[in-house]
Amino acid sequence: MTKQIMIDPVTRIEGHAKITIQLDDAGEVTDAHFHVTQVRGFEKFSEGRPFQEMPALMARICGICPVSHLVASAKACDTLMAVEVPEVAANLRRVINLGQIVQSHALSFFHLSSPDLLLGMDADPAKRHIFGVAAENMQVAQDGIWLRKFGQQVIERLGGKRVHPGWIVAGGLAEPLKAEQRDAILADIPEAIQRLQRTLGWFKPIQENFREEIRAFANFPTLFMGLISKDGGLEHYDGKVRIVDAAGKVIGDNLEPADYANYIGEKVENYSYLKSAYYKPMGYPAGIYRVGPLARLNLIDHVGTPLAEREWVEFRELQRGVPLSSFYYHYARLIEILFGIEKIQQLLETPDILSKRVRAFAGPNRSEGVGMSEAPRGTLLHHYKIDESGLMTWSNLIIATANNNMAMDRGVLQTAKQFIHDGKVTDGALNRVEAVIRTFDPCLSCSTHAAGQMPMVVDVVGPDGKLIERTTRN
Amino acid sequence: MSPTMTETTVVTLKIDDREISARSDQTVLEVAWENGLFVPALCHYEGLGDVGACRLCLVEIKGSPKLTPACVVKVTQDMEVVTQSERLAKYRRSIIELLFAERNHICSVCVSNGNCELQTLAQKLGVDHIRYPYLYPKVSVDASHSRFTLDHNRCILCARCVRACDEVEGAHVWDLFGRGVDTRLISDLGTPWGESETCTTCGKCVHICPTGALVEKGKSVAEMVHARPRFAAMARVRSSSGR
Repeated sequence: MTKQIMIDPVTRIEGHAKITIQLDDAGEVTDAHFHVTQVRGFEKFSEGRPFQEMPALMARICGICPVSHLVASAKACDTLMAVEVPEVAANLRRVINLGQIVQSHALSFFHLSSPDLLLGMDADPAKRHIFGVAAENMQVAQDGIWLRKFGQQVIERLGGKRVHPGWIVAGGLAEPLKAEQRDAILADIPEAIQRLQRTLGWFKPIQENFREEIRAFANFPTLFMGLISKDGGLEHYDGKVRIVDAAGKVIGDNLEPADYANYIGEKVENYSYLKSAYYKPMGYPAGIYRVGPLARLNLIDHVGTPLAEREWVEFRELQRGVPLSSFYYHYARLIEILFGIEKIQQLLETPDILSKRVRAFAGPNRSEGVGMSEAPRGTLLHHYKIDESGLMTWSNLIIATANNNMAMDRGVLQTAKQFIHDGKVTDGALNRVEAVIRTFDPCLSCSTHAAGQMPMVVDVVGPDGKLIERTTRN
Repeated sequence: MSPTMTETTVVTLKIDDREISARSDQTVLEVAWENGLFVPALCHYEGLGDVGACRLCLVEIKGSPKLTPACVVKVTQDMEVVTQSERLAKYRRSIIELLFAERNHICSVCVSNGNCELQTLAQKLGVDHIRYPYLYPKVSVDASHSRFTLDHNRCILCARCVRACDEVEGAHVWDLFGRGVDTRLISDLGTPWGESETCTTCGKCVHICPTGALVEKGKSVAEMVHARPRFAAMARVRSSSGR
């Protein structure tokens, strides 16, 4: 009998989504889709507000990565003001953005995905959570919670609070850094490195146990996009855009973020509120690309910090060309946490970091501004237009998760085909379909700038379109 | 009778069962505040004439079935005033809720977050939710002035700005236009603030605003700190120096 499987809601992701899997008469998967089921409308209700309010207002898109939105938004505002942000302010924005990346990556890896990785994809769903991890391996759980706290404290120590700090403003920062803030962060660095390295030591060998998942978790050729520093190193705050193909060959380099409309297209599919971004020169859907930690590690020439550099070299040897399986997002995430910790230390140890020159003041001097940065999940873009008095008239946001939408959608199909046969839908198979989404660490409330209900649903639908099975998790 | 002919005497009255002496030219609100009693108010500002716009300082006066705004009633001999009762708490809370429901007060993204009298009063009066449906009016922001912004979304029509500009600065830029929920603060009879010929850009209206309606331009969330002008003290200093 033909049927449709529905996972609704998908759990252990940030935001709300469902998955539908279409089976044929023989019970084999013919199609599958990833649906984001929420919409919010920040682009609309920001209209008419003074542009200087945008960083704090747009940060409200997300409680997990408010700093990423603060950074991208403030950069768009800097452009509207036609000012150069003081170098120290730019470096401190880098530090807080890295704090954001560390905490979000730790949340994704430890709190959301480590239950699958430590307990196995087929483990009892009642135990697949961080407490289940703690019961099995206390050290992994403690390291995860500690590392997330470290990232959150970087944000709190700099911005005054962990969620929605108002420190990053148009033109720079609201206040300079104090010596005690710097010293408190630096004091935690050695332990952060030690805990992360212990995690790498545990995780790297166990990847062997996930050969099937590595083979099936969105393991296909796509392009990769991300920001890159002037010398080709890992960059999350500034820089130009680089796009590489599935072999790691550079096909677009030094692209200006402001020219994004020339190389990024956005397509609306009728099954999801989340737009699908694609590489314009190759068209839709051939221009499928991925962003985020895997993409960033796949497109750089080097990392830029010693310990992470060593890990990156090993990472790039996983596969000839570049690692293609989205399962490797987990590994890439850990390497980026290591980079984040090292880079925070480097930046905070620069001699002028306590400088009081951290803000450029100006009114509206341009009518249009684009800000691009790397959020934990990938490239994030804010594009604003204002009137003469500085009130917002239009905005466009391309959120990291939208860049990954096509790859997530195809990844769901690939995984479903691999693990669902003869109409038999086991809990382990459904968990793998969710787990492929988790590798991307999508932030769905961000990506639709949206309000939602519960996490995710999987529907199994027959060829006649009739719903046959729905799996929901509340 | 002209003010000079009014004879100021000392009266005794009871506020919340406390025997209190006061000058007969003082309002109930002034006397209550002088004696450390909490009576909420948003439109009252020391040094400006009172208009009884916000109705938050409503009190009960023995012998009157009505509630009376304490800012516009003078104390009298043997007056008995109640400033705290269940009935008053209910009305004051309702007024605060209605103010929030009438315009778009989004504290979390407001430049005056943390420096707002409406927000502080709401917290003090225990307003943790709004029982009335929000009106979500579509109102404009006037950012035409080079230094300041007028955001009608946050305006509570207290008219402090109107009085400060008229009574202290003497420019009379501001007026209230329209009726009821459609009332709007206007500059120079309806011209954009930036084109006002009367505005001296002194900033008194901005720093006297209880909310985030009148703010310095370019401020980010929670950055608008009001430097409350001390009009009454200024007036005393000027009168004693013979100006």
